[in-house]
Amino acid sequence: MTQSHLAPEVMARARDIVALYPHPRSALIPLCHLAQEQDGWLRPEAMAEIAELVGITPAEVLGTASFYDMLHTEEVGTYVVTLCTNIACMLRGAYELLHHAEESLGIRTGSTTADGVFTLEDAECLADCGRAPCLQVNHRFFGDVSPEGFDKIVDDLRAGRLADEVPHHGTLVRTERDGGLRVEAETITAERRATAAAMAERAATAAAASEAKANG
Amino acid sequence: MADPVITSHHAIAPHTEEGATVEMTIDGRAVVAGAGEFLIAAAERAGVFIPRFCYHPRLRSVGMCRMCLVEVSGPRGATLQPACYVAVAEGMEVVTTSDKVKKAQDGVLEMLLVNHPLDCPVCDKGGECPLQDQVLAYGPGESRFLEEKRHWAKPTPISELVLLDRERCIQCGRCVRFANEVAGEAQIDFLGRGDMVEVNVFEGQAFSSYFSGNTVQICPVGALTASPYRFTARPWDLDQVESTCTLCAFGCRAAVQSSANRITRLLGMDSDPVNQSWLCDKGRFASEAVNAENRLTEPLIRRNDILEPASWGEALELVARRLGELRTAKGASAIAVMGGARLSNEDAYAWAKLAKAVIGTDSVDAQMGDGLPAEVVVALPRATIDEACKARCLVVLAGDLREELPVLFLRVRSAAVDDAVPVVELAPQSGSVTGFATASVAYGPGEAAELVRALATGGAVPATVEPAQWSAAAEALHRAGTDGEGIVVILGRPSVAEDGALVADAAAAMAAAWPAARFLLALRRGNVMGAIDMGLAPGLLPGRVSLDDGRSFFEEQWGSVPAGRGRDAAGILEGLADGTMAAVVMVGADPLSDFPDGTLAGDGIAGADFVVAVDGFLSRSAARADVVLPASIVYERSGTTTNIEGRVSRLSQKLVAPGQCWPDWMIASELAARLGGDLGVESMTEIWDEIEKVATSHTGITRAVLESLSARDGIIAPLAASPVTLSRRLSPEPFDPMATPGIESVEAQGAPPRSGGAEPTSGEGAGHTAVSGHGHQAPRPRSLRWPQPVAAPPLPAPDSYSVRLVSGRRLYDDGVLVGATDALAALVAPATVRAHPHDLEKLGVGAGDPVRVRSARGDIVLDAAIDESLPRGVASIDFNLSADGAVGAAALLIDSREAVVDVRLETP
Repeated sequence: MTQSHLAPEVMARARDIVALYPHPRSALIPLCHLAQEQDGWLRPEAMAEIAELVGITPAEVLGTASFYDMLHTEEVGTYVVTLCTNIACMLRGAYELLHHAEESLGIRTGSTTADGVFTLEDAECLADCGRAPCLQVNHRFFGDVSPEGFDKIVDDLRAGRLADEVPHHGTLVRTERDGGLRVEAETITAERRATAAAMAERAATAAAASEAKANG
Repeated sequence: MADPVITSHHAIAPHTEEGATVEMTIDGRAVVAGAGEFLIAAAERAGVFIPRFCYHPRLRSVGMCRMCLVEVSGPRGATLQPACYVAVAEGMEVVTTSDKVKKAQDGVLEMLLVNHPLDCPVCDKGGECPLQDQVLAYGPGESRFLEEKRHWAKPTPISELVLLDRERCIQCGRCVRFANEVAGEAQIDFLGRGDMVEVNVFEGQAFSSYFSGNTVQICPVGALTASPYRFTARPWDLDQVESTCTLCAFGCRAAVQSSANRITRLLGMDSDPVNQSWLCDKGRFASEAVNAENRLTEPLIRRNDILEPASWGEALELVARRLGELRTAKGASAIAVMGGARLSNEDAYAWAKLAKAVIGTDSVDAQMGDGLPAEVVVALPRATIDEACKARCLVVLAGDLREELPVLFLRVRSAAVDDAVPVVELAPQSGSVTGFATASVAYGPGEAAELVRALATGGAVPATVEPAQWSAAAEALHRAGTDGEGIVVILGRPSVAEDGALVADAAAAMAAAWPAARFLLALRRGNVMGAIDMGLAPGLLPGRVSLDDGRSFFEEQWGSVPAGRGRDAAGILEGLADGTMAAVVMVGADPLSDFPDGTLAGDGIAGADFVVAVDGFLSRSAARADVVLPASIVYERSGTTTNIEGRVSRLSQKLVAPGQCWPDWMIASELAARLGGDLGVESMTEIWDEIEKVATSHTGITRAVLESLSARDGIIAPLAASPVTLSRRLSPEPFDPMATPGIESVEAQGAPPRSGGAEPTSGEGAGHTAVSGHGHQAPRPRSLRWPQPVAAPPLPAPDSYSVRLVSGRRLYDDGVLVGATDALAALVAPATVRAHPHDLEKLGVGAGDPVRVRSARGDIVLDAAIDESLPRGVASIDFNLSADGAVGAAALLIDSREAVVDVRLETP
């Protein structure tokens, strides 16, 4: 048996995810994200293993993965910088910003710096129009970005000052419940109950506050 | 007799009640259509061709190219709807020629041409291209597009056989859907998105499907081209006939196209009861072997141990003189005829008559010890391919279907996957059927009959079988019905390393346990079924009649028949080796490559006093013959062939054979004359008339019947067992150039496909009808019926130091046809020895390490391969592959005298 490309804990999580669905194939995209979280991009070895896990061919995994912008089937840099060029951002200087980014990083859109740190790409709407022009680094938002602001973000990333905000590429969620997907139903019910109670309490406090304000 | 039943069929249409119809109008004409049928198919049958790209009658509709938009009136007024995706409905009003439709067609075609390179002058598809044709017929004529087109590297190989030109692709998805839906091997898929969508493979994994050539055939543009055909011809220069592929015994119908007396390509024809428009890559591409430079073109005679060219007169004289001398010296029974499975029915009949009536020997065998006892083959109650695919339970006890009868695999897979037919696989190793089988029951080599008896009687689960698989198998069989009604067994030879009689014994056990079960015989070699029907088997005469039952009838017809039952292939080779037999004529037979026991085959050929080879190539066996006679081969002869279900279909000659090649029947006829006999036939057609006259199983299948247009898919013999059900082609007029390319267009234009044209006049009377001949009425002998005695040899006790050998076959082998086809020769894998990881670990051997395999016969060193699906104590070596130049690795180990072959695995 050859060594699995996915690390044992990743493989265990992958199996848990597959078990969530009536059809293993439904787990395809979550597994692609999982593999991307491990490697930063979707390596062919990972796609071949995913194919086996969900019972389809590697060509079908590649077919699906290559459709989606958030899944990278070619190697990317440590930081994937995605600039929005849709209408709101465009009106607020997105193309000028993109041009500046290309100059500043010394690469064309869609490519990676020689040191392998930055990949620059453009995107349609990133849904942060209120802070246009916006960009994402490894799927974390930065809004109202000016050319100078862009250079600062790049400097901060290089210097590691944004390490807390910007995780490793491929990471979707940084917090995971203890026990992963195997958590007992009672625990989840208890958590949900606690959350509901907290929400109710906050609502009550807010209501009381607004009542107090109205009264006086 | 009843009128011929014309079956209508919609490949993959929405499910509806059979026979229900709806009334509707298309372009103002009233049309009656089958309920649930797709509009595009209903319109086509009513004579209205709706243009299309993605729609293919044998694939599921997806409605993605939008070329077939038509105006359909509905509650919201007339709207544009895709005709390939909308089912007909009562009262539907359809308009296919309105301005709105025309505008939609203009738009679709303009968009498809935005990125299409229009490199028609250098494109293989030019001249037969649906895009070209439909742009001309339905397109806007001008494009508003001025920008630079999308560019890709071109062409890129996606396998040894298929080249991809992404610029030409219009994303209809036919290839992707074929690979996924029909072949079940989604090795190609759409990659990317938007204007950068491409069809491609996963990096490093070629499109290695055995069915890849079909994607080239159904590609409506030149995006997929076949490397053997690329740039070899223009379609308007090709000449074509419709014929049957005989590279295996499934009998796919194909359009055979040639240019300047060379085969250029084969295209699958849509024969509903058989291949449903598909071909395998071996059938499609190995046809090229006919053109090979190393064909035999003149007779050869061995002089001073060298084969030297000779004249036909000289060679035939020598053969007749030597056979005559040996017959006088040692008796007729010392002469043997091997082979015949590569011949047409007529050729086989001529050779059977020569051997049995003129020479007087019954030691005649078309099978090379790798099939089943001939009496079992002819006597078992038969099922057709369609019946097998509609069985309530389909049992498969055969070699790997995808390797041996590839298009049968497609039919069985479709039955299991699309129609939920339960498939119970009984096999000594897992194979292509395992993936979709309801139950897959592993049996130890030689133990199939024992397993069947236990399964049928509710016996204990054998230790080697997983209990879950066992109970699933038992349940599927039980549900099929009492007495096994509804069970169809695909019966073949799972492994040539176990005696064929053991498989026959398993068949007997099944026939006893399930008396109403029927069998589809998965014998693989070309026209083996026809050769057996024509009497090229020991103990049989033409018409599936035993020597004893047919004696008086054939003595009258032929003058004489052999006194007693002769030997089969193994017996012949043993007789030649020990001197009890003297001469062998190999008619398109190569025992050195094909007989399971290579040692015995070698001893037999070496021990023979006189060896004659009649062949198209100087095969390994022919190279050791005393006289070699060059014969015409596939596509160089006419006649008929018989497939696994007994379907007799017509072969059409396309090429003139090279050099001095003769048809096999003519060689038999000349030899008969020189041996003092007379076959009494002057042509292929006369031979067929005689077959119809003397062969009980072929009564009523006259030339008029065979040549009728509605019998183009062939006719199952005997007529009585399967009343004349003549099926209509999927695509009636007008011709759809994409669904069934090639020949149909010629015929739809009114050219008669061939002479004749009479409809069948009689479907009754097989069995006991009196025939008139020689002014005398004689009752026809009865064809053999089940049960037949089966002599299964006892199994030796397993030896704890040995493993039992399993030996199946691969499609791409080291045979002469694949070897003579450049594109396929590169795909032949080397032989390996596969075993359970535990058995290899015991030896301290890993994957790829050399292992010495030793049997009582010999030994060979092969690379080890791990196969977790094999049970422990079993090793598997594919029969028809070689390693390091040693021909037929498994043949060196197999001992045909043993029921099973035990081998030891050693470190070398």
